[in-house]
This record gives sequence, structure tokens and C-alpha cells, in this order.
Amino acid sequence: MDAFRNKLDGKLAALLFFEPSTRTHESFRVAALNLGMDICGFADPKASSVAKGESLMDTVKMFVGYGVDVIIMRHGKAGAVRYIAERVNIPVINAGDDSNEHPTQALLDTYTIHEAFGKIDGLKVGMIGDLRYGRTVPSLAYALSNFDVEMHFIAPPALMLREHVRMFLEERGADFHEHDVSSLSSILPELDVLYVTRIQKERIPDEMEYEKVRRSYTVTRELLKNAKESLIVMHPLPRVDEIRSEVDGTKHALYFRQASNGMYVRMALLYSILKEG
Amino acid sequence: MKDGELLVRKINEGVVIDHIRVGRGKIILSMLGVDEKYRFVLVSNVESRKLGRKDLIKVEGWFPKKEEMEIIALVSGEVTINIVKNNEVVEKFKVSPPSRVEGFVKCRNPRCITNDEREKEFVKPLLEKVSGSPLIYSCHYCDVRMDESEILRNLTVSGR
Ligand SMILES: [Zn+2]
Repeated sequence: MDAFRNKLDGKLAALLFFEPSTRTHESFRVAALNLGMDICGFADPKASSVAKGESLMDTVKMFVGYGVDVIIMRHGKAGAVRYIAERVNIPVINAGDDSNEHPTQALLDTYTIHEAFGKIDGLKVGMIGDLRYGRTVPSLAYALSNFDVEMHFIAPPALMLREHVRMFLEERGADFHEHDVSSLSSILPELDVLYVTRIQKERIPDEMEYEKVRRSYTVTRELLKNAKESLIVMHPLPRVDEIRSEVDGTKHALYFRQASNGMYVRMALLYSILKEG
Repeated sequence: MKDGELLVRKINEGVVIDHIRVGRGKIILSMLGVDEKYRFVLVSNVESRKLGRKDLIKVEGWFPKKEEMEIIALVSGEVTINIVKNNEVVEKFKVSPPSRVEGFVKCRNPRCITNDEREKEFVKPLLEKVSGSPLIYSCHYCDVRMDESEILRNLTVSGR
């Protein structure tokens, strides 16, 4: 990492988080600071003029006017980042737009998988949880569709992949399979990667149904007894209780490693976009 | 006037839009505001070799612009346009649903930036055709897809 320290000295990044985020914001912030960049912007729209009813484009234009070299943007509406990226003449990085995409998370996820196995081709990757409203899974699936990967999507029917994501994967010729959440334990022994995402309680209004779903996908030491020795368990964090803390000490647990990779991957991304020449 | 006369009545100057999907003729006329401004004949639910049943519209004194023809094809599927001048058909061609639809159809995703109360003033919905048959469009901004029935449901009437 030292080789890259201060490589982007004098460059200015705008972190525009129209939807509050601590984790992704901090990861980008530290990545930029490590590269010697200066930063401006906000981590919470309440602290900015957005709350006063200013339009998105007006806010962005103000930062472009400050001479920023890159915009790193999160927004609560799908497609908001593409809308801005097409209308300003500096690079814009999507730090998450609603349930749509979270591409830098996909980059760090694929990097983490590659780091663990030395390859991505040939692996079997299971993704479980809220595959419908979560934004990390579509982006990871898009990324993995560039590789020879067998994808298993495991979710209650109401939280299965959105139709346009499924159609995209079909068009890409991706090898993917969909399973009900209750079949986790039977699929688990085949998997190389288990990617767990949180199910927000409000997504399943029926209390008993929610309890049932929660029980069937909670990752415990007991469950992992049937897994491959080499299985890695990943999670975009923060988790609630879908991965028990008892799993943290096992060789399977890679989610903290994954989180710290985020900063390095974001450094690499910023560097590759902004380096001179 | 007998029905037969309606069907064969010729127009002097204007357009005959043929092979309209049955039931869609009315939508087309009101969407483009033709029903308020021009003399027209809408023949609905007539036999067609190609479609089984079809609608047909004749409008006196109106020559649709390219964008208007594309909206017609978006609502109906492929149509045949006949341009009539001096009682003669001077041009006859087919129009297919356009590859891009800007402004006339809302994205069906309520969380799309183009449906945001504050932002929709600045960013118009933009759909891109991903498949002609079946007809499927994808939102340029949020990637959500819309089939024919969803497109019809999300037409903005004041699309003019
Ligand atoms: Zn949309």
C-alpha cells in the first residue's frame, strides 16, 4: 500500500451521500486520504443543502464548480448516479443507488473471492437473503457473470431476484439456479462461497413467516459442519444475527477481511481513474 | 350513413393508419390529440388477414411527424402508414416501435429517479428497446424492464 500513498496528492474528491451511510462513506474517505487526496461533500444529506429542497443537479454542479476531480455518490433513487454521470464531464463513481446497484461492493467481493481461491472460474457461489431489495447481490451477480461461475440464489420467493436481473443473467448465458431459503442446508455442501445478506424485518410483514425464514438461513457453526473445508462465508455488513458470532472464529469467516479489502479496492479504483498519463 | 360507406370513404389529404392492434385506435387518437383537432374516421374491430381483427384510422388534413408515428407504433405494434395527397396514396410504409422512447412513458419503478417528485422536472423518462417480439423496453436509468401491457399502463397522456 505504501507504494500508492499520496499518489493522488492534490486531487479533490466530492463524497456526495444523498442517502446516509457510514461504512461505504468511511471506506471511500479513508481510501482517498491514503492516496493523498483532499475530500469535500457530506455523509448525510441532512447536513447539506439537499434538505432545503435543492435539486440533485444543482447540488452536484456546485461541487463541480469547486473543481473536484471525481464524484463519489450514493443516492436513494435507482438510476440517480447514471443520470448525473451522463451530465457532468468528470468521473462519477456509484457508491450505491437504491436497490439497484452497488458496483464497488461487487469489485471488493470478487477481489475477496479471488484472494481466497486464487481464481474465480470454476467456483460455486451461493447468495442468500434479500436478493430483491438488497443492492449488493445484483451487482455481484453481474460481476460474476463475466466468469465461469455456478451461481445459486437462495431466498424466500418474495425476496428472490428481480425480473430484470434474472433476464440480464439469462441473456449473458450465466449458469444460475434459484432455490427456496429452506434448501440452504442441502445446497451448502457443494458451495465454495456463501454470500449472506440481511433480510430486513419489514420486508416480510407476517411475523411467523419472518421467524421461519430467519431460522432457516441463520449461519451457525452447526450448519457449517456440512460445508467444504475451503468454504468462505461473506457478508457486505452490517449483519444483525444472520451469521452468529460463533462463526467469526472459524476459518470460513471472511467478512471482516472482505470489509477491509473495500478500502484497498476503492484506492485501486480511484488510482486507476485519476492517475496521470 | 351505412357502415360500408364509412369503411370505403376516401380522404383527400391526410393519413390512413392501417394494421392497428384492435382496441388501440382510440388510445392513439386521444394520445396525440387528433380527436380534438381533425376530422377523422376510426374503424374498429374489422377483419384483417394479418391480425385477425384490427383498427384503422383515417385523418383528414393531418400528416404525423416521425415522433408521432413512433408513438403510434409503440401503442399499437407495427402499423402501416399511408400518406394521401390529392386523393392518391403517395407514400406507404411500415413503422415499428422505436428503439428509444423519451418522455412519453413513465418508468414503472416507483423508486426510479425519473419518478422522483423533485427530480422528474429535470430528468425525463427514457426507455430503450431490448426486444421487438415480445415488445420489451428497459429503463435507461434503473434498468427495470417493461412489457407491452406495462407500457400501455404507463403512457403519459400529456405526452405531446
Ligand atoms: Zn427507471
